[in-house]
Amino acid sequence: MTAPGAAQAPSAQTPSAPIPSAPIPSARGLAWARRRRSVGIFWAEFRRSRAGMIGLAVLIVSALVALLAPLLVDYGDTVPINTISNPERDPPSFDFPLGTDDKGRSMIALLVWGARTSLLVGLVAATLSIVIGAAVGIAAGYFGGWIDQVLSRIEEAFLVIPTIPLAIVMVAVLNRDLTTIIFVIGITSWAGSARLIRAQTLTVKERLYVDRARALGAGSWHIVTRHLLPNVMPIILANLTLTVPSAILSEATLSFLGIGPFEGISWGKTLQAAATASAVKLGNWWFFLPAGLAITTVVLAFTMVGNAIEQVLNPKLRER
Amino acid sequence: MTLRTILRRSLLAVVTLFITVLLNFLLLRVVRTDPVATMTRGRKVSAEKRAELREKFGLDDSTVVQFLKYLKELLKGNLGYSFQTGRPVTTEIFSKIWPTISLIGISTLLSAIIGIWLGIRAGWRPGSAFDRLSTGTTMLFYSTSDAFLGLLLAYLFTSRLQWFPTGGIVDPRSDAVGLQKLFEQLHHMVLPATVLTVGYLGQYSLVMRASILETSKEDFLTLARAKGSTDDYVRRRHAVPNAMLPSITLTALSIGYVLGGSIVIETLFTWPGLGLAFSRALGAQDFPMLQGLFLVSSASVIVLTLLADLLYARLDPRVRIA
Repeated sequence: MTAPGAAQAPSAQTPSAPIPSAPIPSARGLAWARRRRSVGIFWAEFRRSRAGMIGLAVLIVSALVALLAPLLVDYGDTVPINTISNPERDPPSFDFPLGTDDKGRSMIALLVWGARTSLLVGLVAATLSIVIGAAVGIAAGYFGGWIDQVLSRIEEAFLVIPTIPLAIVMVAVLNRDLTTIIFVIGITSWAGSARLIRAQTLTVKERLYVDRARALGAGSWHIVTRHLLPNVMPIILANLTLTVPSAILSEATLSFLGIGPFEGISWGKTLQAAATASAVKLGNWWFFLPAGLAITTVVLAFTMVGNAIEQVLNPKLRER
Repeated sequence: MTLRTILRRSLLAVVTLFITVLLNFLLLRVVRTDPVATMTRGRKVSAEKRAELREKFGLDDSTVVQFLKYLKELLKGNLGYSFQTGRPVTTEIFSKIWPTISLIGISTLLSAIIGIWLGIRAGWRPGSAFDRLSTGTTMLFYSTSDAFLGLLLAYLFTSRLQWFPTGGIVDPRSDAVGLQKLFEQLHHMVLPATVLTVGYLGQYSLVMRASILETSKEDFLTLARAKGSTDDYVRRRHAVPNAMLPSITLTALSIGYVLGGSIVIETLFTWPGLGLAFSRALGAQDFPMLQGLFLVSSASVIVLTLLADLLYARLDPRVRIA
């Protein structure tokens, strides 16, 4: 699932770490015990945020709907060839709870199946964006010097270059399959997190235990993976949760402009279909209302969870 | 602010601009479809004519030579020719720039003013009913897709209430001139401008709120209060001027997002600006036009960011370096 608390908990328990009974606890055992404890503290703090818990609940429900789509509605209802006998532009009724569109497609089927693409693109593109951001941020912060100079200039450029126009030009010259769309959204949105992760890397790098590790002969790889990465991980996870919303909105924008992924159905594509079918002019509000509200709900839920995580990680924010 | 700062910032802007141009060129190179084939599609064109066109576009040169040629033409203000109309891209862009500048200008101004005002009020009394209502509402709009907000407002105000026209900048049947024409244009602008204003004021209010909260813990506010200043005076004279700075940078950066939003909104409301040109060029696979539009939008954001940075450094003596 998307909440870092939930995602970390099982992985923290998998390695057997008998701490108190063993006479001399191993370093690894100690580390895992410490991590498990901090995840516990994190979860206890997170639970106190009402907005965070509401957001988390909404996300769990949306993820379940997306995963269980085949059990909930028939995919056939989203394919125009199968819906030829359905009434067209039918307002919500008992047969079609959210009505049908101009091709007789069931809007509830489009909503449920659209959740898959929208959430998938949002999550994977945001993950890609954070991976790039973390790699650039850690490399710039850790190595410093000319590497930092070059990476920071590229990062500044990507921070300023308007995202959607760049994404449009990229999609226009590349393909329109799902992978390309995810790649384009990821590659246009990493700069903000790279900046934050670089700043955090700079402070962690100066801590004594990093000096100690280096004095004991640790190489860059060991320091980055064992000391820097675990310490910037909280920021990475908070940023991931806050990047998903913008990735989902970007997918909606690209799809609305007619350059969404070829395959499948997404909420953005439903909005585009509503616009091309003159839903506004003909007063067919059910064409766009469910998909639009779904985007807003999921985006808001991710933002609420992300803000709650940030509040737990940064006590200074708590009064806000 | 020293000359050094100005030079340093300008150099950074030039580097960013260069990266944009390079990116633009590389993307152009990625286009696997032959531009000559695209241009001559569906027409009978002799092999010699094709070779001549390839020669004209310099498609047989090496990548580096092509890039240098591209740079040279760019510096001369030549962005190539639109596949759709055959006219120079620069001419096309200039003919469509004013509707976009006015739309983005007005909505940025409005969202900055309203957002900053909301942020100040909310941040000064965190947790108050006003704070909860305004933060909740702005978050809600901020989380809404521009396309959906546009569709929703268009449905409510053009289809249901019929208060505003459905699209365009003037009614093609009207023969209004002068002031009357201006009013008609403003009438057409209300809906698209409202969507962009409401959709983007969230950033201003959230940043301003955070900034006021940060400032409200400063010692100089305690001192001002100790001197007997009223709460209102402390807010207006001490807190707000100090908390305003981040919103300067934000305004410049926000233009970049609004540009993205304006592509959607201009398409939806057929507002005849650069955004509509963007989506039309996209539909027609008009690469020179797409790249010209991308370059112009990036360059404007880069220049605005530079101006904002310089203004920031001018206003805040603490920012001297970096």
